[in-house]
This record gives sequence, structure tokens and C-alpha cells, in this order.
Amino acid sequence: MKILVCISNVPDTTTKVKFIDDQKKLDVTGIQWVINPWDELALTRALELKDDASNGVQTVTVAHVGLVSAEPTIRKALAIGADDAIRVNTDPADAYGIAAQLAEVLKTEKYDIILCGIESSDHNGSTVGGMLAEFLDCPSVTCVSSLNIEGGQTVISREIDGGKESLTVPMPFVAVVQKGIAKEPRIAAMRGIMAARTKPIRVYEPQAIENFTEVLNYEMPKPRAACKYVDAENAGQLIDLLQNEARVF
Amino acid sequence: MAVLVYPENWDGKFKKLSFELVSYASKVAEMLGVQAVAVSIGSVDEGELSKLAAYGASRIISIDNGSLKSLDDQAYTSLIAEVAKSVSASVVVLSNNNTGKALAPRLSVKLKAGIASGVSRLPVSTSPFVVYKKVYSGKAFANVEIKTPVKIITLAQNSFEVTESPKPVAIEKSALQPDQNLLRTKVTDVQKQTGKILLTDADIVVSGGRGMRSADNWGPLVEMAGLLGAATACSRPVSDEGWRPHDEHTGQTGKIIAPNLYFAIGISGAIQHLAGISSSKYIVAINTDKDAPIFEAAQYGIVGDASKILPKLVEKLREVKSK
Repeated sequence: MKILVCISNVPDTTTKVKFIDDQKKLDVTGIQWVINPWDELALTRALELKDDASNGVQTVTVAHVGLVSAEPTIRKALAIGADDAIRVNTDPADAYGIAAQLAEVLKTEKYDIILCGIESSDHNGSTVGGMLAEFLDCPSVTCVSSLNIEGGQTVISREIDGGKESLTVPMPFVAVVQKGIAKEPRIAAMRGIMAARTKPIRVYEPQAIENFTEVLNYEMPKPRAACKYVDAENAGQLIDLLQNEARVF
Repeated sequence: MAVLVYPENWDGKFKKLSFELVSYASKVAEMLGVQAVAVSIGSVDEGELSKLAAYGASRIISIDNGSLKSLDDQAYTSLIAEVAKSVSASVVVLSNNNTGKALAPRLSVKLKAGIASGVSRLPVSTSPFVVYKKVYSGKAFANVEIKTPVKIITLAQNSFEVTESPKPVAIEKSALQPDQNLLRTKVTDVQKQTGKILLTDADIVVSGGRGMRSADNWGPLVEMAGLLGAATACSRPVSDEGWRPHDEHTGQTGKIIAPNLYFAIGISGAIQHLAGISSSKYIVAINTDKDAPIFEAAQYGIVGDASKILPKLVEKLREVKSK
């Protein structure tokens, strides 16, 4: 069994974002780039599954659509424990572009389980996994919070509004995973960092794909009004303000 | 031409989220000068279906089939795509909730339609078609042009007022059948929370952080939530410590919510936490550290210890409620 984990390269979640060129472009000065947090959890789960030999996972591969500048992030995934990597050499214009490029590669490379994070922390699209499944004409399961292999069959738990469902789905499939899929992201050890240097990254040249969407410009959120303080000794006054001034209940 | 909207049902009933979607779709339809058509999947009776008309749907297509009891991404996508084609939809609207996240991207590929997810306002313009959406987890917003003839929008929850605009409506039972070969997701067990207000549905949320100090101190917070009809939530360290369940974690990697009122109690307001709650209409901060970043996001604040302040709030709320 082979697992593929799709990863995005995103600014560290503590980044204070700024935009340049008439608010059209992200100012990348000083930005620390990391594996998208949900993708990192997906990778961790894939490696946990591989660790238990009875699951029969042979390899864990990571895939990324992006320029060579993303290679440190790909190497980090290899250092954490992925066996090898795919990179499609293009700066994708939108999520559709990413999914289409990956689908093209997956015409020749075959995987049984494809994991994607629920969203990337930059464009918050929640789209690549579902798109990829539709391109591949295979099932998808979204909001997956646990994934196990039992007797060669995949047992999944997905979050629904107000609860959880347990389900099974035949391979190959795409699982779009969220919080809960793995407890803590795995951290690269020194041995892993050394090993990552020589692990293969297969670079594919992109297909010509038209973009469906375009970001015209970015805006910063409007500053909120200054905080109105209530004295701690007189905390009950807060309830009056919420009821009679903000009128929220 | 039409705007097609997919209002989901829960055990045959619609909820506020469904009506938000239909209200939004009918306003977009108005902007485009076309009809709003709703497609419902699963067993929903006529009385319930007709509720959608109050929010501006002028045609309701119901696909009711015994094999559509639980969500199958691929099968549901095929059905919605069929309807979209049959009504010549130029815009398809879904929620940016669990179900919308499962279906919208597949539909995008199937209909060759550009998608913008987590949209929180009506389109900025319809020609070109530009929408306004959250990016970088609420740290910024983007104006995004969708360039394809068919457009898909997923609407952020609690971002659009439910507005009544009753229309005469036609309810049609669709003859469409799901492709049995596509129904490959086999649900074996469903566990539902009962009697608990869902975090993503709640108008008021009472949330606690590390400043609550231990799992044993949650009593007054839960009591306050009860008095307010609010859902309870927590920050990441709290769920990581196991003081509260993981499904209560709000923040960038947990639940992203947009209630009318959010109480951040003993939460310092790390940027990742703010990313999950910044769309709240009012934020109340209670924290011992007067320099905590949460006070910059809040409209009302109390500097002080949660264990001393919560009982006072509970007492005052009881007094208010008893009147």
C-alpha cells in the first residue's frame, strides 16, 4: 500500500501578513515558511500507519506544486520521515491549478490513499483534496478526524455537524483530514535531517492550465473600536452593557 | 439562467444555516436578474421544503431517494451537477461547512467552475464577478475574481443575515437517481451529540483558556453558558491538556466561528486563537494581564481573575433572568 500526502508551503502561523504592489502581493520579507499545519498532521498520521508493519504501508510520498524555493519545506517533510517526494515545477495561480497539476502526475504514479489537509492557512480554500478526487474519479471523505487500517480495510471517522460518523471506503480514495487525525505533528530528528538530504525529489514540468480565479487585491481587516473596560469589582455591569448597549441578548 | 443553492437538511429539517444560504442565493439572483433555485437532497417533507420559499427560492427541486441517507461526496456531487446543468446555473451556492467543503471542490472540477470559499458578503460586482473572502485565517481579506462562466461560492457560516423575501414557489420532485456505482462511502455508525448547542451554530459562545487554571474550575463557565443559551468552547492549550474535549477547540487549527458574542475568559489572544474568532460581532475579554493581546480584539474587557469574576457574572445573569 502506498500513501501520498499533499503539502502546501505556507507562512508560519504566527506571521503578521503585509501586502505590497498596491496590495496585490504578499510581502514575503522575513517570512518563515512551513508545512501547512493540517498537511503536517496528515503526514504524521501517514507515518504512524507505516510504523505499524501490520498495516502494510510500504511508502509515504509527499507531493507539492511549487517552485524550487519550496524545497526546504519538502526536505523538512522528508526529514520528518516521508520516503520520497514529488514537486511540480510551477507557481500555481489557484487551487484548481494545484489539483489539476497533481492529477496529471497521478496518471502515471499510483497511490492507494491520498491525504490532504482540510485547508491551507494562506487562502483557506479547503478545495484541493476534493478537486483532486474528482479529477481522479475516486471517492473522497472530508473532515476526517481519524483513519485506521483494519484487516486491509480503511476505517475512517469523519466529523459531521453535531457528531461523528464511522465509515469505510474502498481504495484508492482521497481523505481530507482535520484536527484529531494525529495528536502532535512529528518533529524531525537529526538522523532524519541527514537522511533527507539524499532522499529523491521527482520534479515534473507543469501542464498548461488556465486559472479559474484571480486575486485582484488584498485588504486588511478594519480596526475594531477600542475596548471598553468594566471594573473587576463591579463585574456585573458588563451584563448591563451587553444587554442594553450592545444588545446581544 | 439561475442561481442554484444547496441548503442541507439534518434529519429532514432545515436550520438557520440553510435559510442563510437561500437568503444569500436569492440576493445574488436578484443582482443577476435571474431566479434562485434550491436543490434538496434526502427525505424532506413538503411543509419543510416550502419554508425555503420564504427566503426567496422560487423553485425547489427535491431529490429524495432511500440510498441518500448519508453524505457520499461523489454521488451527491453528481446529482447537484446534473441539476446545475438542467437549470443552467451560472452561480452555485453552498455552505462553507463540513458538507460544503466536501462537495464544492468536486463540483468545481465537474462543472469547470471557478470557486471562492468562505465568502462573507454579497459579490462586490457581477461583471466581472468579484467576491470578498477571508484569507490568512482572517488576518486579511481578498477580492477574488471568478473568471469562468459558472461560479461556485461557499458562504461562511453566520456571515449573512437571514432575510425573508417570500416568493411564489414551485416544488418539484426530481426523478434523478444517484448512480449506485458512485455510492462507495459506507457509514457504519453515527454518534450524535444531543442536547448540546453546536459551537458552529451558536449565537453566543463562552470560551475558556489557560487562565481557568484547571479542569476543575469550569463549573461557573458552563453555568454562565447555560444561562445565556450559549455554547462552550476553549483555547488550544486547554484541549491539548485534556481539560475540555477537542471538539471545543476554537482557533486557526480548530473550529472557526462567527457568533454574535464571544466571551474569551482567561485567553491571552494568541494570533492563532484570534484567527478562529475574529469574525465574532462582539468579543468580551476577561484576563488578569492588562497587556494581553485579546484586549485589542475585544470591545468589552475586564482585567481580573476569572475565578473571581465568573461567579459575579453568573449571579448578575441569574438576577436578570429571574426578572
